[in-house]
Amino acid sequence: MLARARLMFRSTAVRLSALYILLFALCAAFLVVYVTAMSERLLAQQTRQTLQEEVQDVQRAYERGGINLLLRMIERRARQPGANLYVIAGPNGEMLAGNVASVQPGVLDEQGWTGFPFSYEPYAEVSRPGRHMAVANVLRLDNGLRVMIGRDLGDPGRFRGIVRRALMVALTIMGIGALVIWFGIGRNALKRIDRMSAASQKIMAGDLSQRLPIGKSGDEFDRLSDSLNAMLGRIEKLNEGLRQVSDNIAHDLKTPLTRLRNKAADALAEGRDDVRRTALEGIIGESDQLIRTFNALLMISRVEAGSIAAEMSEVDLSAISGDSAELYEPVAEEAGLSLTTELQPGLVVQGNRELIGQAIFNLLDNAVKYAAEGKGEKKICVRLSGQNGSFRLSVCDHGPGIPRDKRQEVTKRFVRLDESRSKPGTGLGLSLVEAVMELHGGSLELSATDESDKEAPGLTATMVFPAPKP
Amino acid sequence: METSIRYSRQGAESHGAKTDADAIVPHMKILVIEDDLEAAAYMTKAFREAGIVVDHASDGESGLFMGTENSYDVMVIDRMLPRRDGLSVISELRKRGVNTPVLILSALGQVDDRVTGLRAGGDDYLPKPYAFSELLARVEVLGRRKGTPEQDMVYRVGDLELDRLSHEVRRAGKEILLQPREFRLLEYLMKNAGQVVTRTMLLEHVWDYHFDPQTNVIDVHVSRLRSKIEKDFDKPLLKTIRGAGYMIKDEG
Repeated sequence: MLARARLMFRSTAVRLSALYILLFALCAAFLVVYVTAMSERLLAQQTRQTLQEEVQDVQRAYERGGINLLLRMIERRARQPGANLYVIAGPNGEMLAGNVASVQPGVLDEQGWTGFPFSYEPYAEVSRPGRHMAVANVLRLDNGLRVMIGRDLGDPGRFRGIVRRALMVALTIMGIGALVIWFGIGRNALKRIDRMSAASQKIMAGDLSQRLPIGKSGDEFDRLSDSLNAMLGRIEKLNEGLRQVSDNIAHDLKTPLTRLRNKAADALAEGRDDVRRTALEGIIGESDQLIRTFNALLMISRVEAGSIAAEMSEVDLSAISGDSAELYEPVAEEAGLSLTTELQPGLVVQGNRELIGQAIFNLLDNAVKYAAEGKGEKKICVRLSGQNGSFRLSVCDHGPGIPRDKRQEVTKRFVRLDESRSKPGTGLGLSLVEAVMELHGGSLELSATDESDKEAPGLTATMVFPAPKP
Repeated sequence: METSIRYSRQGAESHGAKTDADAIVPHMKILVIEDDLEAAAYMTKAFREAGIVVDHASDGESGLFMGTENSYDVMVIDRMLPRRDGLSVISELRKRGVNTPVLILSALGQVDDRVTGLRAGGDDYLPKPYAFSELLARVEVLGRRKGTPEQDMVYRVGDLELDRLSHEVRRAGKEILLQPREFRLLEYLMKNAGQVVTRTMLLEHVWDYHFDPQTNVIDVHVSRLRSKIEKDFDKPLLKTIRGAGYMIKDEG
């Protein structure tokens, strides 16, 4: 239990709330002290003003009716309940009239406001006996008499006592409340972190399919888990890709290497020059294909690593599509295909012209390759249009197409639908297109050109670019 | 380790033998700065077979020294060299006023490397692995460049004429109509008349893309052009050089 409490205090949430409480308490205390001081000052000022006014009354009464009127007035006022303190003293300080038994010596010698509290003793019947504190204003008359008008300060500690009690109560409530909230938040946070670290332990153990738990509140923890999960997804995908590549390399490169080796062996054993020459030419062709594959692989991994991103500039998609279509038009024609274009002019994105060019070439290569053998219409098309914040560049054909369930798969490295791998190609074309699109913040979409045509649905490959923000 | 040089013996032989015999390649002297001795030996031998005199330096410092002291028609410089990096050799050469055309070889070989290489003062760039025929064609074009007057307004090969100003093409006085791209294709071929031009070089100079065209796209364009300039005439001008590329030439 103690260990747990200690652990809890180490958590950021708890430490933060403790800090908040401390700061809050300090603020509250300061506020209380300040309010107390302010109200005391205000009270004192009010007292002083009241006494000042009363002194003026007394002075006016004396001027109008002499000592008799003054005495009558003092006597009357002194008898009122909760009255102020009144003293009329002779020139030597002897008390002549009033409701006070004695005052601190020296108070009556000064003219005007006493300035500081002094002690006095009231008559027993007026108030409880004992020494009291008061402030007063002393008026000296022309016949040597002195009139003191003062006010009892009451129990000076009483007001402060109330304030102190209020402060204690407030602080206690605050403390208890904070503890409860503290416990709730700290424990909750701790539990969630525990769950997160449990999940990461499993991930570290090699189970990349694990994901961090996400609550419903969408708070910082959820957002953190969310981004970590996205990161895990990416890692898993890369990892998956890597495994796929090594599997496929084993499969795809072993075959040509074996062929290469066999051809070399044949050439070595061959006596006739022309046969040997043919075998050697075959070897060169075989090696070219291998080098091409390696180059494409290297290119894809560099694009995926994003190291080409530095070379981004404005690329005119419309121009590039037009150029590519023009480049492939004779090839298509040679293969008995017609190539049509529908290009919206003036669509410009930030990108790498070489990579986008190569991606379009790959799509056109595929289109020519598959449309020529298909039973469908002998035509391919290049379309470019901009709508709803994205630019869509499509290459379509009416070849055999790709079945819906295989469309995800074909963008993976070395995946070819043609199991026998009899057609030329590296099996990397669409992987490169997808990598290029990811580099440009877009995507590659594959769909059927004509879903209703069962024989030759064809393939429409669309490079979707996000339109640049205006 | 060195598997990067694809030495197409068949291609180089026919090409080299022909150029040698016909003395299409003038006496050319080149410097190869390459630290991989096996690759350098291959290159030296193959260049010699093509009638080119080769000096070889195996590190950046000695390459810089030789490049400064002697005069060459072309230099072939590997990017990664011991003692002094290839790009720094090039910029130092340029600083010293050596303006010999330089072809950069690089195992790094991608778009961005090409750009940095050319910025450093290189004239052409070839990523490893490459076919020797490609290297030879590029070296020959670079070596020839010095002598080819860029400002020539009319290119002539046999009875074929190309006017760069009016964009008119005539053969034996008869006008031939070409598409703009076909014109540029022919222009580049004729500018390098008598020299092999590879498919990659055509894609670079006519379409401005710098990668290996993997299919026969270029061939189809060339054969279209060929049919236009040769259809009604007896003598073929545009030849396919097996394993290398194309060459336009008047056999005389």
